[in-house]
Amino acid sequence: MSLLNVVDLNTSYGAVNVLAGVSFSVEPGETYALVGESGSGKTTVIRAIAGLAPAQEGSVTFEGQEIRGAPEKVMRPLRKDMAMMFQDPVGSLSPRLTIRSLITEPYRIQGMKDRDLDTEAKRLLEMVNLPTHFADRYPYQLSGGQARRVGVARALALEPKLILADEPTAGLDVSVQGELLNLLNDLRERLGLAMVIITHNLSVVRHVADRMGILYLGRLVEEGTTETIFNEPRHPYTRCLLSANPEPDPDARLDRIALKGEPPSLLMRPSGCEFRERCPFSKEICTQTPEWEVNGGHGLRCLAPLS
Amino acid sequence: MTDTLLEIDNLSVDYETGRGDLQALRDITFNVNKGEIVGIVGESGCGKSTLISSILRLTAPNTRFREGEIRFKGQDLLQVSERHMRDLRGADISIVFQDPMQTHNPVLTIGQQMLDIQHRSKQSKADKRAHATKMLGAVGIPDPEARLKQYPHEFSGGMRQRIAIAMALMSEPDLLIADEPTTALDATLEVQIIERLQELQREFHCAILFISHHLGVIAELCDRVVVMYAGAVVESGDVREIFHDPKHPYTRRLIECDPGHLKERARVLPTIPGEVPDLANLPGGCIFRDRCDQALARCATEVPPLDQLKEGHHAACWLNHEEATS
Repeated sequence: MSLLNVVDLNTSYGAVNVLAGVSFSVEPGETYALVGESGSGKTTVIRAIAGLAPAQEGSVTFEGQEIRGAPEKVMRPLRKDMAMMFQDPVGSLSPRLTIRSLITEPYRIQGMKDRDLDTEAKRLLEMVNLPTHFADRYPYQLSGGQARRVGVARALALEPKLILADEPTAGLDVSVQGELLNLLNDLRERLGLAMVIITHNLSVVRHVADRMGILYLGRLVEEGTTETIFNEPRHPYTRCLLSANPEPDPDARLDRIALKGEPPSLLMRPSGCEFRERCPFSKEICTQTPEWEVNGGHGLRCLAPLS
Repeated sequence: MTDTLLEIDNLSVDYETGRGDLQALRDITFNVNKGEIVGIVGESGCGKSTLISSILRLTAPNTRFREGEIRFKGQDLLQVSERHMRDLRGADISIVFQDPMQTHNPVLTIGQQMLDIQHRSKQSKADKRAHATKMLGAVGIPDPEARLKQYPHEFSGGMRQRIAIAMALMSEPDLLIADEPTTALDATLEVQIIERLQELQREFHCAILFISHHLGVIAELCDRVVVMYAGAVVESGDVREIFHDPKHPYTRRLIECDPGHLKERARVLPTIPGEVPDLANLPGGCIFRDRCDQALARCATEVPPLDQLKEGHHAACWLNHEEATS
């Protein structure tokens, strides 16, 4: 049984159809990356899984239990096993609470009265390589990287089975980014936790994700193992995204494939293939609507795939 | 040299704080030539932002210019009157900020803001409007005439950043400062912005001082690179020299840390262990010593000078010093 199973998730805000049928699953211990442009619905997907965004249709099952639209009474005990790392590290920490209160808040919320919070705070800070005297600090006294690590400590406090991480390394310096990813990797190996990670840094995806899905306008257009997607992308959009990654080498040969225009408005979804108007490889057949097809674990929504 | 536009000469800047003086910049020296794209790379807290605000003289009240000069077309910007500085800002030196979502006034149309920014110009309103239309078109906004009537929220993040660039270039400045203009954008938009900047730079011949911590972007866009660490320049040189033959251990480690460098999946990503030193309480000797795996005895006591290793390539490290002087 998959740890997390998302089937045909639909979210609309009024007339704006943000997610139009997103399906994927995550196995225990697996890291799944969601990538796509701003506005493609990445954040909405994981917020909907955590019950923080509405989802009008579809199903989200966690360890076999249906949780889409579940009331807080059902969600709260589950949040022990499913933790969220928010995008804005400083903004996600209450400015009036000390780091000790922030990272031990999960125990209080879950009513774990038997825990000694000072000991737990110390243990968690050590786990994320922060000095233990940071327990008495307030969020404004932390750097961005330190605030991230507090976010990680808080997400891991209850030893969840799944972490939903929204841009966990955005805005971090490269060396700090490496530290954080190593930490997550290490914890994954030791605690066996699974992760859904959102990022637009493709270099990061390559190093942390087992499988990845590419979102475009609230729909998956391609999915597969990280290796397959990087080596043999078949959807033109994936190809464009991968080719846009600037390399730290001034002489890198760039076979860059430019995307045409801007993402279309969600209020007026294009007919046929929704990527058609921006696609450098579009053909006549693309005026028809492509179906999601899976072939040997590689999912694709394209009528004129690249070979 | 006649083609030098901006010369930062031995610039040292302090912030007065309750804990004592924080030495935010120490002995910064580098040039930007006319029409050149110079990248400044370094991690958080290395002094990039202090440097920019010093050039524009838009510094916090507790800033103290301890030493040095910032010469723009030969005149020291730290000595000129505030009035003169106002004339330079926006006209000769302009800036694109990091966050495109907060750069524009949300209650005015883009057109109004693009007219307002031309307040110095004596042209008629119709001409100003035409100029605004032309600039929007130049940064690749389709249907610019109609788009002028729209408000910032009607544009995507990438478009807003391109509009910010259009506005910064309206007065045809000699120097454009771009402060992490692509950090808030995703990879496809990042590429759009870089390519647009390159095109515009060729068209308007302005020099660009491009600040970023994204090495990929620096490698792609810049002619020369200045690497900063903890308020000091540790290395500067031609972009190829910096990326292919870095001479300072910090530059080397920084490049190694970029996961874009590793083609195969790595179990453990390289990092630079340790922390940046406290700028209010600087250690003696080399500032990178505590994190450097090649440190010599000398590094603990003496600050390494920024030596010229070859034409245009400088590094501040004792490892290269012998080579440079012998």
